[in-house]
Amino acid sequence: MSFPLLTVTAALPAVGAVLTAAVPAARRTAAKWLALLFSLATLVLAALVAVRFDPAGDRYQLTESHAWIPDFGVRYELGVDGIGVALIALTALLIPFVILAGWNDAEPLETKSSRWRPTQGFFALILMVEAMVIISFEATDVFLFYIFFEAMLIPMYFLIGGFGDRAHAGTDGAAAAQRSYAAVKFLLYNLAGGLIMLAAVIGLYVVAGSFSLAEIAEARASGELEMAASTERLLFLGFFFAFAVKAPLWPLHTWLPNAMGEATAPVAVLITAVVDKVGTFAMLRFCLQLFPNASEWATPAILVLALISIIYGALVAVGQRDIKRLIAYASISHFGFIILGIFVMTSQGQSGATLYMVNHGISTAALMLVAGFLISRRGSRLIADYGGVQKVAPVLAGTFLIGGLATLSMPGLAPFVSEFLVLVGAFAAYPVAGVIATLGIVLAALYTLVLYQRTMTGPVKAEVRAMPDLKARELVVVAPLIALLLLLGVFPKPLTDIVNPAVQHTMNDVRKTDPTPEIEAEAAK
Amino acid sequence: MSASAVHGLWTTVAAPAAEGGFTAPHIEYAQLSPTLIVVGAAVLGVLAEAFVPRKARYYAQLFLSVVALAAAFAAVVALAAGGYGTTKAQIAAEGAIAVDGPALFLQGTILLASLVAVFTFAERRLDPDAHGNRVDSFAAQAASVPGSDSEKAAVKAGFTTTEVFPLALFAIAGMLVFPAANDLLTLFVALEVFSLPLYLLCAVARRKRLMSQEAAVKYFLLGSFSSAFLLFGIALMYGYAGSVSYARIASVVDGTVRQIDPALAATMGNDALLLIGAAMILMGLLFKVGAVPFHMWTPDVYQGAPTPVTGFMAAATKVAAFGALLRLLYVVLPGLRWDWRPVMWGIAIVTMLGGAIVAITQTDIKRLLAYSSIAHAGFILAGVIATTGEGVSAVLFYLLGYSFTTIGAFAVVTLVRDAGGEATHLSKWAGLGRRSPLVAAVFAVFLLAFAGIPLTSGFTGKFAVFKAAAEGGAGTLVVVGVVSSAIAAFFYIRVIVLMFFSEPKADGPTVAVPSPLTMVAIGTGVAVTLVLGLAPQYFLDLADQAGVFVR
Repeated sequence: MSFPLLTVTAALPAVGAVLTAAVPAARRTAAKWLALLFSLATLVLAALVAVRFDPAGDRYQLTESHAWIPDFGVRYELGVDGIGVALIALTALLIPFVILAGWNDAEPLETKSSRWRPTQGFFALILMVEAMVIISFEATDVFLFYIFFEAMLIPMYFLIGGFGDRAHAGTDGAAAAQRSYAAVKFLLYNLAGGLIMLAAVIGLYVVAGSFSLAEIAEARASGELEMAASTERLLFLGFFFAFAVKAPLWPLHTWLPNAMGEATAPVAVLITAVVDKVGTFAMLRFCLQLFPNASEWATPAILVLALISIIYGALVAVGQRDIKRLIAYASISHFGFIILGIFVMTSQGQSGATLYMVNHGISTAALMLVAGFLISRRGSRLIADYGGVQKVAPVLAGTFLIGGLATLSMPGLAPFVSEFLVLVGAFAAYPVAGVIATLGIVLAALYTLVLYQRTMTGPVKAEVRAMPDLKARELVVVAPLIALLLLLGVFPKPLTDIVNPAVQHTMNDVRKTDPTPEIEAEAAK
Repeated sequence: MSASAVHGLWTTVAAPAAEGGFTAPHIEYAQLSPTLIVVGAAVLGVLAEAFVPRKARYYAQLFLSVVALAAAFAAVVALAAGGYGTTKAQIAAEGAIAVDGPALFLQGTILLASLVAVFTFAERRLDPDAHGNRVDSFAAQAASVPGSDSEKAAVKAGFTTTEVFPLALFAIAGMLVFPAANDLLTLFVALEVFSLPLYLLCAVARRKRLMSQEAAVKYFLLGSFSSAFLLFGIALMYGYAGSVSYARIASVVDGTVRQIDPALAATMGNDALLLIGAAMILMGLLFKVGAVPFHMWTPDVYQGAPTPVTGFMAAATKVAAFGALLRLLYVVLPGLRWDWRPVMWGIAIVTMLGGAIVAITQTDIKRLLAYSSIAHAGFILAGVIATTGEGVSAVLFYLLGYSFTTIGAFAVVTLVRDAGGEATHLSKWAGLGRRSPLVAAVFAVFLLAFAGIPLTSGFTGKFAVFKAAAEGGAGTLVVVGVVSSAIAAFFYIRVIVLMFFSEPKADGPTVAVPSPLTMVAIGTGVAVTLVLGLAPQYFLDLADQAGVFVR
């Protein structure tokens, strides 16, 4: 039996979470370092997964399979394809930055009793989320995936509701109430999605008699498993609903601005850059693979919703007065792009969507974390409270600008590559969709640059005059992210090499080939 | 014999009648031993009340109860290991009791849950000492009027109601028979045997005695109504089938009956007798289960009863009642399936939705848990309706997980106290997570299990019953089930929000440090909740093997 690398990669942060939670109340700093250590060790393991993964090899590699609950036909089955490898790498990469950025976000207030250990809890919960996200990227058993898809809501919920901005910490009752509202909204939306999916999961089992992706695919290929069109569509909708809440797709998106607005910046990054990716990832892995016919049937409607997400998210972002909510709406627009890329059913589109997931994770992390540093200095999330920061804190302003440019997909930065691929894929299959989506880029330029202009340029406001520039810890967080954005912007090949074969498999699942470009078709005649 | 007969006033026939005379009933003592042990211990407990000195009674009673329950559980395990749950399943005691898989599984569950519940009964460290005597959750002297001089005297003298232990044992004995009853009269007797002690137990709370007595009266009155319905139904059913035996009724219902005498021929065509009789018996059982619209007693009784009793009732009664309901529907009335399924569908749907929706507006933690138990009854009913072997196993598994979570949750409720006793109003629980992170975290685990979040027993159980229901062709029920789960999640989450995200109030309650007894109860609850969530296979296998009724 070979070394269970995938299990260990997922289990390590969970072990770290338990150990971190067990650190005594007084040893807060030790808990932080312990959490950081475990997140870095997980990054090493994730890198090992990426190295051991052979893009030219089987679809699912490093597989593990054990009986778990035979009574339900549930197996503990893990395996990664290129898409999974990319997203595990993204997750493992971002968590150390999230931990570093949130280093001082969860200090206990002095009035609390000594048994209340928010610091240990905060970092333990982050590691717990990491473990659950990683295992859901690895699961090739629908039930196993579902369990962690649902279970990760609980630590996320406590992260959102339990830890607010330092600016409002504890003192302001209204802020606490808003935060708790955001956490509950997050949980109820996602729980409702998950429970609808539960009905579909049970339905799938009744129809297919198995939860294993491989077994179901084999049964379909050999014609043993015939799904009536109506059944397949209902099951697809059950799955898609849950993923669309998570992703989030308009009109199921309303929890995201609340959650990202009220949570601390690192937690907001965790939501949008890490956890939400499970939704779009699951669309690729489960919706397309399990229900290819229904996916095709639903494509027009989903494309329309994705386009609405792109335009609506961007338009609302333009009108935001709150920095974090602006980034949240920008993310909704970007998730629209990802879903568009998945459902245009071309290989460029889906490769682009996968790259988009990774790049959006990095760029949003950069922008949001710098925004978090900015907000913690001034104690306000309102754009109007800032002005002229670039004169006072040039490094902060500069990194904020790079993060912003990445968000608007500036050529040379990583998101450009993926956005371009998605648009190419869209134009090839649905030119109209491509045209409308391109409008989203224009709006992205508007909201990002206006944000920069209002906060960083202009006369220096009195309240920001004494604002310190980025500290060493903060630079350690931001610099590598920006370096990555640049690197993947000019040299995305390592990523595309891993992703492309996996996308080709998914395209085969839905029995799609790329539309032949017209000029070549002419020449062939 | 003849020698003695000469001196008597009467004489007998020389030889005992070979036929038509009296033959002693054949009782399989070994197979009935779990019940007999508990009944025996209950009788001893009554004697102990009479003869053991007051100081030593508490210890004697606790010892007796724990030993009896453990021994009875060992007997159940021995029977199951001896194959009585599978190959050697049989009808014992002249047809009155079934010894089969579901009966043994449920008896085991009831015994273990009761054992844990008895620990919470015996807890004496939560309230401050009264006049130098340790006190538990029960009134000093149940017979004294609340607030009267006699009550004060009883408290001063350090009386404690140790009668609760034999009462609980009698109730447990009835619960053991209830799911195993194989004729309608045994069913009724078992119902009364476990109900009457419960009515009494509800009335003996130490704090808030008036509320406790009110709860007992409500429970008693409504319980009597339901018993009357059950009895009337039994009479009608007897009128229809000419017998109270499950096997006999079943064969008449599905038309496979062999010997038809003229009397039976005259009645068995009368469907009105059958349908009304079956409906009334079902009503009696659904009352005990707490299904809408027979649930009205649940919130008041759960709130008013002493909390350890509430936990015991919510867990063990539900197990016993669902066992009896399963046996009735699967053994006696499968031939009537097409008639009862639509009705039970309706009841399951209104129970799931009703329990979940009304729970949202509750402000008392015990009432909230009461409505949550109603919603759970609905989920279990979805599994009952499946009418398949998987349905039985799923329900058995669900009951196992649910009973321990419930007892654990109510045990936590007993810990949160202020000057007036338990602080059950939800507003008092604000910020509990800040003051006592561990207690709040444990309660959160129980709530998440109730909400059916993965990695807890609640999810596994819910998945099992919904899967059984879907395979049994009740897809609609599954959809209603997940919708009401989503609604139910709202109020469980609300409590978690309150505990963790609200600021503690200045005059908030304190968390009492319990004795090891309650710790064991809570610890067992957490352990079972997590084990059944993470590695349920062994217990699913057990429930699978136990999934066949004997007829």
